[in-house]
Amino acid sequence: MKTIIFVIMGTILVENFVLQKFLGICPFLGVSKKMDSAVGMSGAVVFVMTLAAAVTWAVNEYLLIPNELEFLRTISFILVVAALVQFVEIILKRFIKPLYKSLGIYLPLITTNCAVLGVALLSIQRSYGFGMSVLYGFSAGLSFTVALILFSGIRERLETAYVPEAFKGLPIALISAAFLSLAFMGFQGLFSF
Amino acid sequence: MKKLFKEFTKGLIKENPIFVLVLGMCPTLAVTTSAENGIGMGLAATVVLLGSNIVISMLRKIIPDKVRIPAYITVIAGFVTVVQLLLKAYLPDLDQALGIFIPLIVVNCIILARAEMFASKNSVLSSIADAVGMGVGFTIALFIIGSVREILGAGQIFGIDITGGVIPPATSFILPAGGFLVLGLLMGVFNKVTKKNPSEKFDCAHCPLQCGVDKEVAK
Repeated sequence: MKTIIFVIMGTILVENFVLQKFLGICPFLGVSKKMDSAVGMSGAVVFVMTLAAAVTWAVNEYLLIPNELEFLRTISFILVVAALVQFVEIILKRFIKPLYKSLGIYLPLITTNCAVLGVALLSIQRSYGFGMSVLYGFSAGLSFTVALILFSGIRERLETAYVPEAFKGLPIALISAAFLSLAFMGFQGLFSF
Repeated sequence: MKKLFKEFTKGLIKENPIFVLVLGMCPTLAVTTSAENGIGMGLAATVVLLGSNIVISMLRKIIPDKVRIPAYITVIAGFVTVVQLLLKAYLPDLDQALGIFIPLIVVNCIILARAEMFASKNSVLSSIADAVGMGVGFTIALFIIGSVREILGAGQIFGIDITGGVIPPATSFILPAGGFLVLGLLMGVFNKVTKKNPSEKFDCAHCPLQCGVDKEVAK
């Protein structure tokens, strides 16, 4: 129980995927203009990341390692993630309509979200077991959610703020992200796991 | 010849992948802790981009339209694996410094975007010019960001001390927060100099990958 809390809190606060590890910056900048879409995107990311962590762990353990094909890790993982996203989309469309309506439009964007591939590669690098990989995937998704929702709140305020012409849009958003990241640096050393 | 030269030069300033097209933000922020790492990442991405642009441009009439994105990703992943293995064998230090961001070149939007927007519609020669131009533009941008961060954050450039111990460096510039700050400021300066602000409308609808969902996301 203690480990579970440590992994979740540690991934969200100390090793935040977006603000400390720079994974998933494109959706972080692209979908953070409105709170609604930020929440939708985060939901889709948590869902896909948890699944991807589980599936890629199995692929690595039962397919790549026994056949000594570790050098194909990058290719096989990206294909697994792409196929998984398609599969999830089809399943949701067919069976869980309400969830598809809220998450569906964000799903195709996730294939090229480097946080998903990143979490799969990181949990292999750290030689996690199955349970730990899934937990890590889930908490990485949560850390993305926390960053994205905090940031979309800031960006909604930025819309009405006075900003010099050349800094409108992304430049000022990046500078605000710098301060958010600076704030998260305060959590450094809070947990170690 | 003139056309090829134009394809090459557009990536440098007019369509600079980082400052204008805003592609590939993850490696841009993560590996630019020093000028050297910036150049290393830029060159690795350029090699992958060159390879994938050539192959995709050659196969552009063979790949069926419906499965083109998975096909492109497979080609790109193949080249990334080649680069990954080469770096591990010949430049282990750089491999260590760039770490997980080498395999993540696969999902670097620059490469997929150039495949989708350019290589799938143009001849092999123009695709080569486009890849080299975009790659050089990316490398230069990474080099600039990396140098600024290294000078401010470590007081060094290419590992050579330049402050002489007189001014203590501000370490936060080589930490993640400094990455966001330097990129934001440089992008603002770039906009001021070129008198354009292309990033104002940036969102997922701006993404060059036509997933068929962009319009809905934009709403």
